[in-house]
Amino acid sequence: MNIEMKIKHHPDWATLMSCAAGSQPEALAAVMASHLSVCKTCEAEVAKMERVGVALFDAILPTPMSRQAPIAAARAQIPGDRMDDIEVISSNRLPASEVPYALQAIVGDDLDSLPWKRLGPGLWHYPIKLSENAKGDLRLIKVGPGHALPDHGHGGEELTLVLRGSYQDCTGHYGVGDVADLADDIEHAPVADPKDGCICLIASERPAKFKSLLARMMQPIAGL
Amino acid sequence: MMQVSISERPLHWVLPVSMRPMADLLHLVAEKRDADAFRQLFQSYGPRVKAYMMRQGADATTAEDLAQETLLMVWRKAAMYSGEKGSATTWIFTIARNLRIDRLRREVAWQPLPENADEEPSLDPLPDEQLDERQRREKVRDALASLPSDQSEVVVLSYIEGLSHSEISERLGLPLGTVKSRMRLAYQKIRDALEGIEQDLDRD
Repeated sequence: MNIEMKIKHHPDWATLMSCAAGSQPEALAAVMASHLSVCKTCEAEVAKMERVGVALFDAILPTPMSRQAPIAAARAQIPGDRMDDIEVISSNRLPASEVPYALQAIVGDDLDSLPWKRLGPGLWHYPIKLSENAKGDLRLIKVGPGHALPDHGHGGEELTLVLRGSYQDCTGHYGVGDVADLADDIEHAPVADPKDGCICLIASERPAKFKSLLARMMQPIAGL
Repeated sequence: MMQVSISERPLHWVLPVSMRPMADLLHLVAEKRDADAFRQLFQSYGPRVKAYMMRQGADATTAEDLAQETLLMVWRKAAMYSGEKGSATTWIFTIARNLRIDRLRREVAWQPLPENADEEPSLDPLPDEQLDERQRREKVRDALASLPSDQSEVVVLSYIEGLSHSEISERLGLPLGTVKSRMRLAYQKIRDALEGIEQDLDRD
């Protein structure tokens, strides 16, 4: 499986920068981490962008510390050893899966075994719990062949990463590993692949928008 | 900046004092649990991390605690630092950044430490890495200094104040699209400066 070669749609540079700065809302950061675990191109770009943070950090006016170096605490922390309590997560140890490594810890490695909830004809979702303080929305969406993807809201930033199948809209064809990072005023009306359908990880920095999606799903016509 | 006795480390005399010794200090902490090395790292990075946390919105007490905790993590994870993945400063900055997300925003830091992310060997040549890294950082610093103020403003708000694009757009009263395009323009210039140095390094 070489997703890398097929990725055509990458996140905007501004999005990558915010990721390197560690300033993205949690839901968006989750999509970015997932994309970066399958996209060396963006991973390398983010590494370059981290240099911007390091240069600014380096130039920051230091504030004197009020306490001494925590030598005693450091020594007490791991008596006699140095690495015992650190679990080094090697990507090599995780099973190869269509679920990006970064996401496997949260949803496991098998999309088919997830308890999908049906939202309407040809549409299922699996909401992913964020930290209590996070305001956004993160969920997996499964769309049957030829069905429309939900219009998951406009206003604020949102990111969509394809995990299985593909979809098409007026901005192009999105396959596995591709990220849709669109300006919030674009009406794009995406439709899942007529044969394979589509599973996506969708993040939005605003919570309420998905409620309107649910309301719309209650309407009889799935084609929107 | 740092007081490091050159005579103890004769092999590194050609390397800039502010870079290589930091990596050396990290290795001393990792391998020998050297308290003096740790104190020196603490003196160099503690006040920076504290200032960074305050810029991110922490009060002085919280910032002090987070700086202490960052340096404790440096002690604990020192063995995971490998010079080939970037400078010691980059590594420590990454720890501080993730701790800030975890503690100040109480969210999950999705970005892993560089050492966790990728186990493949680096293709970059090792010996000159630190020197190259310093040159690259100087280029980035120069490029940042020459940015128009409207571009450097959004970059600083993103990296140092930790604001999301939407928060920047609210703070400055600008459309989200304008914030993002300023970020892109800023990065284009920084990237161009870095590409220039890659070519120079290839030529050497």
